[in-house]
Amino acid sequence: MATQHSRTAARLMISPAVILLLLWMIVPLSMTLYFSFLRYNLLMPGMETWAGFDNYYYFLTDPAFFSALSNTIILVVGVLLITVIGGVALALLLDQPFWGQGVVRVLVIAPFFVMPTVSALVWKNMFMNPVNGMFAHIAKALGLQPFDFLSHAPLASIILIVAWQWLPFATLILLTALQSLDREQQEAAEMDGASVFARFIYLTVPHLTRAVTVVVLIQTIFLLGVFAEILVTTNGGPGTASTNITYLVYAQSLLNYDVGGGSAGGIVAVILANIVAIFLMRMIGKNLDA
Amino acid sequence: MARKASTQRKVLVTAIAWTIAFLIFFPILWTILMSFKSEGDAIKAPFDMLMSPWSFESYAEVQTRSNYSRHFMNSVVISLGSTLLALVIAIPAAWAMAFVPGRRTKDILMWMLSTKMMPAVGVLIPMYLIFRDFGLLDTRTGLVVVLTLINLPIVVWMLYTYFKEIPGEILEAARMDGANLRSEIIYVLTPMAVPGIASTLLLNVILAWNEAFWTLQLTTSAAAPLTQFIASYSSPEGLFYAKLSAASTMAIAPILILGWFSQKQLVRGLTFGAVK
Repeated sequence: MATQHSRTAARLMISPAVILLLLWMIVPLSMTLYFSFLRYNLLMPGMETWAGFDNYYYFLTDPAFFSALSNTIILVVGVLLITVIGGVALALLLDQPFWGQGVVRVLVIAPFFVMPTVSALVWKNMFMNPVNGMFAHIAKALGLQPFDFLSHAPLASIILIVAWQWLPFATLILLTALQSLDREQQEAAEMDGASVFARFIYLTVPHLTRAVTVVVLIQTIFLLGVFAEILVTTNGGPGTASTNITYLVYAQSLLNYDVGGGSAGGIVAVILANIVAIFLMRMIGKNLDA
Repeated sequence: MARKASTQRKVLVTAIAWTIAFLIFFPILWTILMSFKSEGDAIKAPFDMLMSPWSFESYAEVQTRSNYSRHFMNSVVISLGSTLLALVIAIPAAWAMAFVPGRRTKDILMWMLSTKMMPAVGVLIPMYLIFRDFGLLDTRTGLVVVLTLINLPIVVWMLYTYFKEIPGEILEAARMDGANLRSEIIYVLTPMAVPGIASTLLLNVILAWNEAFWTLQLTTSAAAPLTQFIASYSSPEGLFYAKLSAASTMAIAPILILGWFSQKQLVRGLTFGAVK
């Protein structure tokens, strides 16, 4: 049905989007790549010299890189564990019949819509502050010493904040998946004498596996880039205790004005994200055929 | 007997579900409550804070001290502007891919998605330098452009999955009945496409409103949207709980309301149609 004429029209309609995204991909990224091979500091403009792989060498051998890499992994894995386990449990619960489903759903999903700087500051000041925070008040009421969360357990505190933001997302997606479960199949299994447990293992779990994979992959993409939560709570500290790769590159380039080093870090971040992305693309690509 | 058991079970599930929902929502609730207290009362112990008199003074003060409404308008202009611009670019593209699919359509879609995987920090420095050299730092225009680009893949994808569901037979039927291209678009396609476009708009306004990497990097004051404005409360001297709460409440209220309307589209949009 598609004629030559409509093909040309289609191509014209697609091209603005493609060209813009192509520019967005190629121009800044190749600049980053170029900068990463220069000795280039914003405080000394015009003094750029070729540095070869020095920037990569310094970035990758800097102890801060190892702590940022492990912090990134701990943050991503920690948040994923909390949100996926909590999300499955919550979705199974909310899928049961009970009174006020609509309101409960609305309350549970709410944190996802709170902007990152707000949720980070609310947790930091109103809850985790060692003097005026809610947790400190509760500790004092129980006769305990208030705990300074962000100084003594900075990464764990950030994991808690980020998990609070993403738990609703996981729950919502898993709940949607649960609700699309084939009821007839369930009933048929029940009639054939399958126990509740067997139905869960052989019908619900396989059905949820796909949704869990989607949740894990999409969250990973976003979690690798966590930035605002760190900026407004700990500034990556104390030391580098809560610095992730994103924050490290930001600090290197815009706080230390080291464009070369920051760019090398940026390229490393792109490579790490691509490793994750390959899996995600395969998943979604498969789904596109289905 | 069975009925009684199931009622008991329902009561139990209700109790557990409401408790958990309350705990999850609590930080937001607490922020809203605190925003209606005076600065002195806000740092009291939780029970004393609750019992203290209500007041609107923080809301008034946030506005007079820091010109809150300007930042609010920045958020509106940036999120709405970038979403509309992205729609203008994405609607023709998604349309063509859904109705005139070629051999490469799937590759193009997957490639667009892959641009979304590029970590923002990988292009932070060039973007910062380009913005500096073009005088775009701390301007609304600059942010609209960047947010359009980062949300464009999601917009194309969402629209594509919606357009894909419009049955092609309807077009053929309309054509058989003698509709020309113009009336085909006006009377047949547009009404069927509007719901999909509306939900795409809604979800992307939410995403742009809450975007907190580029808005923090590329603005300081003049064009600062609410994400950046709220972040300014992180300074140690800025421990004004009541004002922070009031500013936060106003920053999240519009999106909470929009968000509750868009739960279904959210799942679909953020999973690129993989979960419906």
